[in-house]
Amino acid sequence: MSAALTATDRSSPTQHKGGEGSTGYNFAYLDEQTKRMIRRAVLKAIAIPGYQVPFASREMPMPYGWGTGGVQVTAAIIGPQDVLKVIDQGSDDTTNAVSIRKFFAKTAGVETTTKTADATIIQTRHRIPERTLTSDQVLVYQVPIPEPLRYLEPRETETRKLHALADYGLMHVKLYEDIARHGHIATTYAYPVEVAGRYVMDPSPTPKFDNPKMDDCAALQLFGAGREKRIYAVPPHTKVRSLDFEDHPFAVQTFDKPCALCGATGVYLDEVVLDDAGGRMFVCSDSDFCEERRADGHVGAMLALPSSSPARGEGVAAVPVTEGSGT
Amino acid sequence: MYVAVKGGEAAIDNAHALLAHERRGPEDVAEIAPRQIETQLKLAVDRVMAEGSLYDPKLAALAIKQARGDLIEAIFLVRAYRTTLPRFGASEPLDTARMAIERRISATFKDLPGGQVLGPTFDYTHRLIDFLLEAGAELPLPAEVEAAHEATPRVTDLLDDEGLIERDVPDDMADVGDLTRAPLDFPADRDLRLQALARGDEGFLLALGYSTQRGYGRTHPFVGEIRFGAVTAEYVPEELGFAVPLGSVAVTECQMVNQFHGSADVPPQFTRGYGLVFGQSERKAMSMSLVDRALRTREFGEDVVAPAQDEEFVLSHCDNVQATGFVEHLKLPHYVDFQAELGLVRKMRAEHAARRQGTDSELKEAAE
Amino acid sequence: MSAALASSGPADPVIEAQADFRSLMNALARPGTIEAFAPKLLPPAPLPAGIGSLALALADHEAPLWLDPQLAASDEVSAYLRFHTGAKIVADPAAATFALVADFARMPPLANFALGTDEYPDRSTTIIAAVDAIEADGPLELAGPGIATTARIGIAPWRDGLTAELAANRALFPRGVDLVLVAPRRLAALPRTTRVREV
Repeated sequence: MSAALTATDRSSPTQHKGGEGSTGYNFAYLDEQTKRMIRRAVLKAIAIPGYQVPFASREMPMPYGWGTGGVQVTAAIIGPQDVLKVIDQGSDDTTNAVSIRKFFAKTAGVETTTKTADATIIQTRHRIPERTLTSDQVLVYQVPIPEPLRYLEPRETETRKLHALADYGLMHVKLYEDIARHGHIATTYAYPVEVAGRYVMDPSPTPKFDNPKMDDCAALQLFGAGREKRIYAVPPHTKVRSLDFEDHPFAVQTFDKPCALCGATGVYLDEVVLDDAGGRMFVCSDSDFCEERRADGHVGAMLALPSSSPARGEGVAAVPVTEGSGT
Repeated sequence: MYVAVKGGEAAIDNAHALLAHERRGPEDVAEIAPRQIETQLKLAVDRVMAEGSLYDPKLAALAIKQARGDLIEAIFLVRAYRTTLPRFGASEPLDTARMAIERRISATFKDLPGGQVLGPTFDYTHRLIDFLLEAGAELPLPAEVEAAHEATPRVTDLLDDEGLIERDVPDDMADVGDLTRAPLDFPADRDLRLQALARGDEGFLLALGYSTQRGYGRTHPFVGEIRFGAVTAEYVPEELGFAVPLGSVAVTECQMVNQFHGSADVPPQFTRGYGLVFGQSERKAMSMSLVDRALRTREFGEDVVAPAQDEEFVLSHCDNVQATGFVEHLKLPHYVDFQAELGLVRKMRAEHAARRQGTDSELKEAAE
Repeated sequence: MSAALASSGPADPVIEAQADFRSLMNALARPGTIEAFAPKLLPPAPLPAGIGSLALALADHEAPLWLDPQLAASDEVSAYLRFHTGAKIVADPAAATFALVADFARMPPLANFALGTDEYPDRSTTIIAAVDAIEADGPLELAGPGIATTARIGIAPWRDGLTAELAANRALFPRGVDLVLVAPRRLAALPRTTRVREV
């Protein structure tokens, strides 16, 4: 290897001029050689939808398991014109989302936003935004365990063979055992999907509520697993089917009441404990979606209450979530 | 009215300021200098260099200070720094036979060329807390001897002369893998396995090595030799075409000699387990050599029956930076998935109750 | 290395590589969509600026290049690519991560390039080829991932027998090559997932 003698390696790490990106590190932190390696993996991932491309994941200045895969993918694709949004659990305010957003504001000097509509790149952990994504957007998922078969077969050498043969019997057996035991499939998040009729893929630990959003999505979806060193992708307008059986069709969670703050229905809600007397409220998990609705004048039961004291009214307390009855 | 918790940047910044304050501790106590850590907590520095995969005592000492003595955190700091360094190529193999020996012992021979050199070791110390250290007692001067300048042959080379031990020359010296630059692929070759073990967590390897001694993949090990000292690292720049010295690194090397009954093709002979780590750590080098030998199980036509022999298991879990990240990521919010599970458990409990009720009424009817 | 070589590289390699990559990523994600693509690079002839710029953005010592006979005939092109990428230039198309094709009409059969394996379909060649023109609503009908229903595109020149070869390439899925086409100011891609039909 004589990498040191080429122009490309001599010019990296370059300190990119301009903006807040002047940190002594290269634009978006990663050196150019690393970016090229990740970019090559991303291109293969797009060409082979749902297939996990091995990549030489680097040690990042944040811990493994905290979004290093998503951060590396974002760092490899982001440019000065991009507008970045980072969410964790659907919210822009969660500490790790704040930390990652700050990382890119500092190392790439890019504009950041909390508004889904304004973002060109959205890095996410555990949710897909409620607002329909557009063809101008890229959704980057942080993935802890990319292998959908891992909990059924711990060995990489075996699961690789199973994917090569498109042998997903293990997964169907697992789901069927759920039905035999519980009367329905007992997987509520990281619910396995089949991509473009070929690979079975882990959608990352998003609630299965979000699975239908992956199907025929206008945005490109990229998945980065740093510790496990895999990148995979779902191109826009690609068939993503949640695994199920004819007599037990896939169904998402539904909520019996609307969001207590904005009144939205058909969205994923977080259960918030209000007191130690059983008081609960349910609010949008997607904080930007909720704020936007409220700004548009939508009012949920909690905000409609006349007093500003903590609500215990029946309108907000104990709204049960219903598992899998509906689509 | 309910207001969503806004963690926000201010809270994070405040937490970091508090951390810095706690790290410094009370101001009436002198601040520790990295140089003190480097010279007086040398074994901690050695571990951080070994598992951080970067030979830089000053940087390791600074990382230990910044990490408040949390060595895995310090290793993480060093690793994240290491990733950003440019790479020029691979050094020539270290010639440990030419080591400036500080310590060298063999358990397989009573005496041997070069002799047994005890050096700085805890072995044979009585583990009694030395209260004199509290006050900083004056120390007796160590004895001095003339340094031996001739090379000290390795025990395994002596065995090699007789053909009693397997040859240990890699087929392809030119193409040594690097798991920090290419994703690990199973089955992994021994170069990559050794690299993973050298970076691996000392505690994890210690436990695995120990398990082989207790019968979980027994290898009949003997310590052929352990040596510790400085070795010159050399590098051949493309434009020069000959090796130039880059400096010297202190390493601990362990050659474990293991029994092997032979196979149809191979006569009975001893086999090797190898350990090499930055700095002085016999525990790590010995554990590494036990696990290296255990991971060669398939190569010798033996069955993989124990955890230490299972390549995917060992290599996938020996890295403490990966392990600590994933274990500790559980403290990140998971409430979206938890909500999904809450819904499921509530539903299943309702179904369970309904079934119970059904069964009860059926029984009641049957009884009537 | 001559000063001329060094000075003919990208002015801002970090930002230009990102822009080139993004165009390619978008094209590959949306087969049939034509990306505006106007790299600023001025490589030595006969290396077209478009494929030269993509090679500089993506190739390095871990990603070997194959050059078609027209490019391989130029020592200057080889020296330029070696200097700016550090990539090994291989004679065997099946050993290449990227194949650069200047003479699209005479491109070797797709099956000559690395097709990957069933276990590692990613170990395949991405062909980056220069063409004269890429037009929307041409005689090729495309379908597959990245395309909402169907898309129409025209590529000129179109190599004889290529439509059938692309069908055979599609049938190998998940193995196969991916094809990137670069015309002056335009870029489009036909990943292995795309079904191509002449209409």
